Amino acid sequence: MQGLEFSIVLQNWRYLFDGAVITVQVSAFAVAAGLIIGSVVGLARVSTVRLVRAVASVYVEFIRGTPLLVQILLIWFGLPSLGIRIESRFVGGVIALSINSGAYVAEIVRSGIQSIDKGQMEAARSLGMNYTSAMRFVILPQAFRRIIPPLVNEFIMLIKDSSLLAFIGMMELTKRAQNIQARTFNYFELYLAIAVIYFMITFALSKVAGYIEGRTRIHD
Amino acid sequence: MIRVVDLHKRFGSLEVLRGISTEIPRGEVVVVIGASGSGKSTFLRCLNLLELPQQGEIYLDELQILAKNTDINEVRQNVGMVFQQFNLFPHMSVLQNIMLSPVRVKRESLRAAREQGLELLRKVGLSEKAEAFPKQLSGGQQQRVAIARALAMQPKVMLFDEPTSALDPEMIKEVLLVMKQLAEEGMTMVVVTHEMGFAKEVADRVIFIDEGLIVEEGLPQEIFNNPKQERTKTFLSKIL
Ligand SMILES: Nc1ncnc2c1ncn2[C@@H]1O[C@H](COP(=O)(O)OP(=O)(O)OP(=O)(O)O)[C@@H](O)[C@H]1O
Ligand SMILES: [Mg+2]
Repeated sequence: MQGLEFSIVLQNWRYLFDGAVITVQVSAFAVAAGLIIGSVVGLARVSTVRLVRAVASVYVEFIRGTPLLVQILLIWFGLPSLGIRIESRFVGGVIALSINSGAYVAEIVRSGIQSIDKGQMEAARSLGMNYTSAMRFVILPQAFRRIIPPLVNEFIMLIKDSSLLAFIGMMELTKRAQNIQARTFNYFELYLAIAVIYFMITFALSKVAGYIEGRTRIHD
Repeated sequence: MIRVVDLHKRFGSLEVLRGISTEIPRGEVVVVIGASGSGKSTFLRCLNLLELPQQGEIYLDELQILAKNTDINEVRQNVGMVFQQFNLFPHMSVLQNIMLSPVRVKRESLRAAREQGLELLRKVGLSEKAEAFPKQLSGGQQQRVAIARALAMQPKVMLFDEPTSALDPEMIKEVLLVMKQLAEEGMTMVVVTHEMGFAKEVADRVIFIDEGLIVEEGLPQEIFNNPKQERTKTFLSKIL
């Protein structure tokens, strides 16, 4: 067996670090956009209008029932055939991950809203509030507290899933490890190194999630 | 004040209200009694449109509230509702609970809403709890806050659906006391309750509902001491 050369990781640490930053950036953009998409779709999922509900659930079911990798490939390599040009791999990656994440966030939002006792809506409505006010002042503030922890988990999932963007050549963490390997063939060292980096990011985030969860439980 | 004509409500194939008609004049306190599942809650919830009946008419003063063009939210401002489970908003303080709807729906100023809120809290004996959160209160206190919250919209009618059924015995009294005081002030009230003492003492009229129909109604003494219908007798013999 050849000796392992972990020094290769140190030699390239700056290159990898920049990749990790891109990984976090693309995930953060995607989770923010996913939150907007997911809030709209999540509210649509509990809408009183059947058509709105139907459209929202088609989107959610389709995204959840297909592989993220296929969605990424479809957007990056597929859309140009329809004449839609995406200016960079970064933007393409953010779009693909956002659309994917939006569906999962929608489910988080929906279940957050539905976890609120229906007596809350009835009490608000019987005080004369319309549906929108009842949602805004009574249901959503309560749902929001319950949504934060699963949202952070969704962020963690996204960070891990963003490694699939290596398939479209985006220069995030995984792609950079592969680039170095193409020159040096240190597969084990580099994959182990980025695994550790992914873990450090997600572990830190899950600690944050735990902390927020502890804080928000106080008034429930 | 309230007039109900031939009210029918079905859930799927289950007909829960099968033609309820009654009239409740201003200032009257009506207690609704009946076995579990007889349709008491459904009747009450129809009165503030939490349930939409399939057939019948409900008049609030002159307004037919089941008419297509009625503003449901405006109707509900005039019909306060108190629930068995209190349903206070847990993310808001007691005072915020009371102020929310006057401020957001009636567009009252914060100051006016606050003043009224504090006044209502004094009335239900909870002045010192204004800043507390619902879960810091006992059940009885929560229910009194819920009553104050409903009163803050200055409704013409108050509906109570088993307001003391979720309470420990020692807290039932304090809630009934607030309700009695409200009745003495002339509030029009429809109360579903198993508290027969309250019915005897406070009610102007008792309505006995069985299987979605009003079987018998009358003065409390008549209903309790001298019921005419067989089904009323059977029901009373079970609960008294
Ligand atoms: N939303 C609903 N969907 C289907 N069935 C319902 C619904 N609400 C009530 N019911 C049914 O209607 C019947 C009457 O219910 P209701 O709650 O009015 O009875 P109640 O007289 O208030 O009984 P209780 O004393 O137990 O509160 C019951 O059989 C109940 O299961
Ligand atoms: Mg009931």
